[in-house]
Amino acid sequence: MIYQGRVWKFGDNIDTDAIIPARYLNTSDPGELAAHCMEDADPEFVSKIKPGDIILGGENFGCGSSREHAPIAIKAAGISCVIAKSFARIFYRNSFNMGLPIFESAQLWTAIAEGEEICLDSSLGQISTLTGNLTFSINPIPPFMEQLIAAGGLMKHIAKPFNKNNLVK
Amino acid sequence: MGHTITEKILMAHTDLPNIHPGQLINARVDIALGNDITAPIAIKEFRKAEGRKVFDKDKIALVLDHFTPNKDINSAMQCKFVREFALEQNLTHFYEGGNVGVEHALLPEAGIVLPGDLVIGADSHTCTYGGLGAFATGVGSTDLAAAMLTGELWFKVPQSMKFIISGSLQKWVSGKDLILNIIGRIGVDGALYKAMEFTGETISKLSMADRLSMANMAVEAGAKNGIFPPDEITREYVEKRAKRKYTFYSSDADAEYCDVIEIDARKIEPQVAFPHLPSNVKGISVAGNVKIDQSLIGSCTNGRIEDLRIAARILTGRKAAAYVRLIVIPATPAIYRMALQEGLLETFLSAGAIISPPSCGACLGGHMGILAEGERAIATTNRNFVGRMGHPKSEVYLANPAICAASAVLGRIASPEELE
Repeated sequence: MIYQGRVWKFGDNIDTDAIIPARYLNTSDPGELAAHCMEDADPEFVSKIKPGDIILGGENFGCGSSREHAPIAIKAAGISCVIAKSFARIFYRNSFNMGLPIFESAQLWTAIAEGEEICLDSSLGQISTLTGNLTFSINPIPPFMEQLIAAGGLMKHIAKPFNKNNLVK
Repeated sequence: MGHTITEKILMAHTDLPNIHPGQLINARVDIALGNDITAPIAIKEFRKAEGRKVFDKDKIALVLDHFTPNKDINSAMQCKFVREFALEQNLTHFYEGGNVGVEHALLPEAGIVLPGDLVIGADSHTCTYGGLGAFATGVGSTDLAAAMLTGELWFKVPQSMKFIISGSLQKWVSGKDLILNIIGRIGVDGALYKAMEFTGETISKLSMADRLSMANMAVEAGAKNGIFPPDEITREYVEKRAKRKYTFYSSDADAEYCDVIEIDARKIEPQVAFPHLPSNVKGISVAGNVKIDQSLIGSCTNGRIEDLRIAARILTGRKAAAYVRLIVIPATPAIYRMALQEGLLETFLSAGAIISPPSCGACLGGHMGILAEGERAIATTNRNFVGRMGHPKSEVYLANPAICAASAVLGRIASPEELE
């Protein structure tokens, strides 16, 4: 897959309260959640982004609550993928399980300025800038996660072998 | 090579002859938990996968504790959606209304989670049950859906970090201070993807309430789970509550740890985590003059009867300072009743406190106890991120119940020592 868009930079430890504040959790509607995406980190975020744009986080992106509303809000806002130095573990699980592509890169954050356009090729495992000649490699996705993505998320993945025997229709 | 307690519990829930850190496994789940925020998404995912029946109606717990008593129409709709699912599936463990408590206080109290269990919950503080010697970890709603359908879930076997804590605790120091101190040392991602195993002489004397409150905050260091070796204190807590078999696991002497950290508890004074990270910790003696607008005593971290007793001890014959809102939230109906019978509620009312029904609402800035712009709260809760308890320009300071009670009386962050 190719992901191309402008980069929006955030610092370390962006927590799920910043990604989608709890005051909006009285719904799980993706459209409503998207309207408040990243609101407590950058109140203007939703009005600035274009479909396909990319979030670039620092260490421990998505720490805090287990709310799946966080990756849902990011995906529904039109963000194509999230790149960070590292991810908090529940956010990492949730993103793969519900199909938001996320990638780890230790170098990108310091090398790229906000607003710069980048292209990420997940099959090549490479990120490149559109203006300059910079390229970066991304950490490979574990094979198990590739299976999840290929199946279209966790529920589709487990439904495959499970369908025949256990699903009461 | 031996195994840690975490590895042993995970292994016991697979058919594998051996497992090692880093390995991806499918494991059987003993209890799967959801709440009024996370269960609606899980139920929708369950339906999308054409799920008709949950794998075991006795192994799923749905607890409507976050925005309840229902704060608005949307919240009421979410609760109704979950309630209808619980009724349709005839779930044994469904909690709403008069029997609801804060989930992570409620499930151990009711004997629903037990030592040796593998517990997943669509709530990050599910790691609380590590206090009982269970493997318990927070997951997302889709994970919950998968577990409700199949009774299994995928896990990466975590590396383990061992904390050896020795020495007796100073006055007013509790499990909360130990865990805040540890998070201050290692940072909010210091245990990312890892198991935190708490051992040592101090731990072996620690009450179940303190163990649960420490395991509760393992996630604030990024950990997958926090875990305590079960012992006689565990047995005493569990044997009167358990309605099924449970197993005590312990780490082998030659188990492998990625890190071993020794801590001298004698040097730890009551801790305060300043905004806006749980790792931004200072000792109470250097907290300085921080005025507060609200003090909150409750939550899955510190809303147990032991916590309320400590607060009441400090508040007896005293009043919250003028213009300071003191909110006390007994975490479960049983704790509420005990507090009533022991006269603690009388003490709180006389101190000018608001006594809330069991709810998670205030802790996450969702419901009852929300902060305005520029306001400051001290709380026995577990997170102090930007906007956690209300306006993005409000502040949350985390501390133990004694500090929160003393701070309410003095109107600024303070130690009970100042009242004596």
